Amino acid sequence: MSDIAIHLENLSKQYHIGKKQEKYRTLRDTLTEAFAAPFRRAGNLLRGQAAGAADLEETIWALRDVSLEIKQGEVVGIIGRNGAGKSTLLKILSRITEPTCGSADIYGRVGSLLEVGTGFHDELTGRENVYLNGAILGMKRAEIDRKFDEIVAFSEVEKFIDTPVKHYSSGMYLRLAFAVAAHLEPEILLVDEVLAVGDARFQKKCLDKMEDVGQQGRTVLFVSHNMPAITRLCGRAILLDGGGVVEDGPSQQVVGVYLTSDTSTMSLREWPDPQKAPGGEVARLRVVRVRSEEGRIIEVADIRQPFTVEMEYEVLRSGYVLLPHFYFWNQEGVCVFGTLDLDPAWRGRPRPAGRYVSAVHIPANLLSDGMMFVNAALLTQAPSILQFWERSVVAFQVIETFDDDSARGDFTGQIGGVVRPLLQWSTKFSPDGDEAISG
Amino acid sequence: MASTETAELRQAVATLVPSGSDGEPVPYVHIESSQGWVSLKLRELWVYRELLYFLIWRDVKVRYKQTVLGMAWAIIEPFLTMVVFSVFFGKLGKIPSDGIPYPIFSYAALVPWTFFSRGLTQASNSLVGSARLIKKIYFPRLAMPIATVLAGIVDFMLAFLVLVGMMLAYGIKPTIQVLWLPLFLLLALVTALGTGLWLSAMNVQFRDVRYTVPFITQFWMFATPIAYPSSLLSEPWRTLYGINPMAGVVEGFRWTLLGTETKPGPIIVVSCLAALALLVSGAFYFRRMERTFADIV
Repeated sequence: MSDIAIHLENLSKQYHIGKKQEKYRTLRDTLTEAFAAPFRRAGNLLRGQAAGAADLEETIWALRDVSLEIKQGEVVGIIGRNGAGKSTLLKILSRITEPTCGSADIYGRVGSLLEVGTGFHDELTGRENVYLNGAILGMKRAEIDRKFDEIVAFSEVEKFIDTPVKHYSSGMYLRLAFAVAAHLEPEILLVDEVLAVGDARFQKKCLDKMEDVGQQGRTVLFVSHNMPAITRLCGRAILLDGGGVVEDGPSQQVVGVYLTSDTSTMSLREWPDPQKAPGGEVARLRVVRVRSEEGRIIEVADIRQPFTVEMEYEVLRSGYVLLPHFYFWNQEGVCVFGTLDLDPAWRGRPRPAGRYVSAVHIPANLLSDGMMFVNAALLTQAPSILQFWERSVVAFQVIETFDDDSARGDFTGQIGGVVRPLLQWSTKFSPDGDEAISG
Repeated sequence: MASTETAELRQAVATLVPSGSDGEPVPYVHIESSQGWVSLKLRELWVYRELLYFLIWRDVKVRYKQTVLGMAWAIIEPFLTMVVFSVFFGKLGKIPSDGIPYPIFSYAALVPWTFFSRGLTQASNSLVGSARLIKKIYFPRLAMPIATVLAGIVDFMLAFLVLVGMMLAYGIKPTIQVLWLPLFLLLALVTALGTGLWLSAMNVQFRDVRYTVPFITQFWMFATPIAYPSSLLSEPWRTLYGINPMAGVVEGFRWTLLGTETKPGPIIVVSCLAALALLVSGAFYFRRMERTFADIV
């Protein structure tokens, strides 16, 4: 048995997209077209042309010449912008759709999770849906019987398992659906952005479960926009763009490339076009950046140096009390801390329209080493409305030095932890060991 | 160091147990663009038989949820049609009924007909109705129309019980020919599935089918000897009538249950051949179109 799980060779997929509708100038044109179209289509059909092919002239390559090899037991993250071909790749590998050309060889039973709750039927009870959904995902009946209690326990909906799922809250529904999916045990698992379900606590549970799957030696292909999750779960990542592979390598490196791909640096993100900037009628986010004390944009922060993370935003409507936030996530997918703007100058005060920069000063010796991802959010208060919330908007690397003035002193081993504060220690010495030295 | 050890261990386990859990060899799949006519992959359908079972089970469970009359709907339609036919065709139209009381003559035909027309209608919509499933998960797509047609057997059984009751009421005793009955149910099933395969695959591409199906079933009903006997026709036309497989089914039901003395043998043979042709061509057409389902449904 070779150790290859998936081998792709020049895999390509072309989609027909509808020709752009010509604008009808007059009502007469519209009516003529409406009458003529069925005859034209029927004519095309009789002449043996494929389904209205004349109407489907424009094509796009969703995937173009992708050649890859994935080894057994590898956990691979697939990242890229919307429309980069990530989902198409998973659809081909799970045999939902055929490639236009090229080929894929897959060694092992494939389980695919392209959506949570596929095939759930509202009228059926939770119990019935577990069986139905399990069968649809490819589980044997005996296998579902065996895992049933575990699935229900994981979903935390024990009390309602005999209630039709149409009476479930959306959270319960998703939890049950994920629970079934999480107990699928194929050799190769294809997962498309399904972890974004439920509350934060359940999301963490899902991530942990995914990690277990990876550690059981299964091959996993994981599509996500959640960069901390990618760096935590996947050793390797593949960046797709325009249907092709742009970067393939260790996940931290590839994530770095992805985050810097539309600006020159991952620690600066700008929206020059106000129409495309995150936000709405009240406020829009324009710039987020990470800066050193001296004001330079930095991608790498020395663990011993303070630095600043700031967001520049435009307030378009006066009179709102604003609350900017930052959340810092590490590469393990752990939220290290969240922080809110407490500047007394604006706290609780409605703001006039205009441009603002809110900066948070991160002290030296706070974060532990590694990659950090920042979410930027803006809330208007009373009532609380989220104006924008951008995930992984900027990222930076915290590095340690081995000079002895950091929290590690002259220790050179692994320390770990999510923070690395420089704390005061004191050590007392008692030569006989029997004297009380406390106090 | 530790990681290479676990990797070795894993490899050792992998050689001991060739696959996941049940000791089957590791499946290997080659994915490529397929061209032209392709095989039916009936073996794969067999592998997915549990899914087929669950799909049928779902259809049966869900069919009459949130209805007041529930399962009674399985009986109401053929029964009321029989009442209407008996009044208009039997009493007023004086249409002959091969020497059998007209109500039971028409009801014995309406039971398999209702099974067929519902199976056909539901199979035609089965793919479009499960678009989300088709876009998100792989399974042999043939399972979808097959499951909807098979699920109709439950309704058939209920309507059939009423037929048995009517036979008792009219004092009609079936003869030994009744042993042939399952064959005619199978013939109705094959016809419904064959047509359903054609229409469901077309429906994915042309939603016109949805509007056509009610016409098709209506025309087909009058083209089938339900309200009248096929013995109205003279040979060889009567035998040729068997090209409509439902003619064979209906005559078969009457022959096996009511003991009509009209010798439907030739019709039935023609019907079996026609139904088989419909099924085989439908299955191949379906498989040929299958590769585009997920993209255009």
